[in-house]
Amino acid sequence: MKKIEAIIKPFKLEEVKDALSELGIEGMTVTEVKGFGRQKGHTEIYRGSEYTVDFLPKIKIEIVVADGALEGAVAAIVKTAKTGKIGDGKVFVLPVENATRIRTDETGDKAV
Amino acid sequence: MIKTTTSKVRLLAAIASLAMLGAVTSTLHADTNAPAAAAPAAAAPAAAPTPYPANTNAFSSASLTNQVAFLEAAHSNSDPTPTGITYESDPGHNAWMMVSAAFVLMMTLPGLALFYGGLVRSKNILSIIAMCFGITALVSLLWWAFGYSLVFGTNFTPSTGPTPLGYIFGGTEFFFFKGITSVPNNNYAFWVSQNVYAIFQLTFAIITPALIFGATAERLKFSAVMAFVLGWMFIVYFPLAHMVWGATGYMNGVWNAAAKIPAIDFAGGTVVHMSSGWTALILCLILGKRVGHGKEPMPPHSLVLTFIGTALLWVGWYGFNAGSAVAADVVAANAFTTTTLATAIGALTWPLLEWIFKGKPSVLGFCSGAVAGLVVITPACGFVNSTGAVIIGVVAGVVPFIMCTVVKNIFKYDDALDTFGVHGIGGTCGAILTGLLVDPTVNGNLQAVSAGTPANAAMQNGLITAITNHTLVVAQAQAAGITIALAVVGTLILGFIVKLVIGLRPSVEAEHQGLDITDHGEEGYNH
Repeated sequence: MKKIEAIIKPFKLEEVKDALSELGIEGMTVTEVKGFGRQKGHTEIYRGSEYTVDFLPKIKIEIVVADGALEGAVAAIVKTAKTGKIGDGKVFVLPVENATRIRTDETGDKAV
Repeated sequence: MIKTTTSKVRLLAAIASLAMLGAVTSTLHADTNAPAAAAPAAAAPAAAPTPYPANTNAFSSASLTNQVAFLEAAHSNSDPTPTGITYESDPGHNAWMMVSAAFVLMMTLPGLALFYGGLVRSKNILSIIAMCFGITALVSLLWWAFGYSLVFGTNFTPSTGPTPLGYIFGGTEFFFFKGITSVPNNNYAFWVSQNVYAIFQLTFAIITPALIFGATAERLKFSAVMAFVLGWMFIVYFPLAHMVWGATGYMNGVWNAAAKIPAIDFAGGTVVHMSSGWTALILCLILGKRVGHGKEPMPPHSLVLTFIGTALLWVGWYGFNAGSAVAADVVAANAFTTTTLATAIGALTWPLLEWIFKGKPSVLGFCSGAVAGLVVITPACGFVNSTGAVIIGVVAGVVPFIMCTVVKNIFKYDDALDTFGVHGIGGTCGAILTGLLVDPTVNGNLQAVSAGTPANAAMQNGLITAITNHTLVVAQAQAAGITIALAVVGTLILGFIVKLVIGLRPSVEAEHQGLDITDHGEEGYNH
């Protein structure tokens, strides 16, 4: 089992979600996050005060998949979230020890 | 803790005793007048509502010529006393003035509260609303008890001639609204009920101190706001309003034949905007900068609220400016027009400058330009023509813009919401521009009366000579100088007194947490 954490541009969320659904991935957790990487922030001016906003809004997707589905899922995210411009985001893959579906007590791959 | 409670109890007791004193005075007054009032009161049917004009007997027994002259006087907002007909007021003029008064109140609640409220961080929105609301309530009490009389009374000026006291304060005859009824006070309006006039003027006395606390936003304790306003009304506002607008005022060029400085201020460039703006500068210097000013970002938390506030201010300002004609007449019509033009041009100029020098026209720029246009046209609106209004609109977009974006950053004072930049500087520009752009053809009070009739105030105090010789700007500069001196000195004294007695600033921790919770125990937004 692996966990995929993907940071993407907010407007790409729908496309990514649809692509993952087509692969049979049935759930995900989505969070609105802020952060920065190589993409620069922007400047806001209020009368005489200028502020540089470094933290840009992004979307974090969290999915846990069976090992076999990992490669396809990551490829789908990278393909659909890509604009080719700076600030497209990153995909992280982490090992997961176990999972339990609370309703049925199923564990392991059956639970994800 | 015990000390705080005691002082609050004392405050409540003081308000209650003030109210009782008012009741007693009114009773006394009624008793004193009883013999004089008895005869006509007995003759008139007590309960039946009297049709317009109020005293039908006087109207119906007058000659047809006088009846026509009386109605024409109401129509043209002129003096009906030569007809000998007694009367109360005119429904048309009164209707406009009641609407105007409500409009000006709307400028503070919710107009200014939203305009300023949107510009602070979300943790301080309620402190702005509480400040506006608290001032509205407190000033209403002061106005009823003393304020109206000190500004618009005249009994400090004896019949023998003006005195220094009478130039600076009005009188005591209207304390506790004594004798203020729906009958007009001919010193200020022939056709508008004095009670309506008093409430209209109250709304000006409310918004003026409320403007100050934009400069001090996010770091001045609520108790200090209230204490400061309590003193400031007596030290700065009441004397200034009397000097400029009182019938016996020192620099009331339009109405006071004995005015020493024949200056003109139609709706409050000096009284409202300069006084609050210059006070704001001094108070924010005494107070010091916000914690983290210049280091951490302090962006407005909702420009949407600021936009709504601006729009309410603009609409309300028609009551402020056109209402200052104190009649629904030709002067009001001109003020209505000039107010619109200057505001729109200001709202065009400010964002245009942003577009040129900063790259983007901002919504805050539109709002700032509109408010600056409104401020600068205020003293001029009933005295300049539409061309003058357009020129004023351009100046309003340029000068306060430079103050807020360049000068403030050079001197690094923390005028948080630009009260000084927009109101102090804008009001000063307005006072001066009124002197340069005045057009006597738009306002009969600036014209000499025809030969054979008694000279009007403007002829006697030199206003008309000044306009003819193009030297009015000198009087305007003098009036501006007196206003600045009064606001600066008054604020220095009062600011340090309040600082010494109850303190001005919340603790650093409280300032970090936000005044909504520390001063008012509630939050503006609970998600």
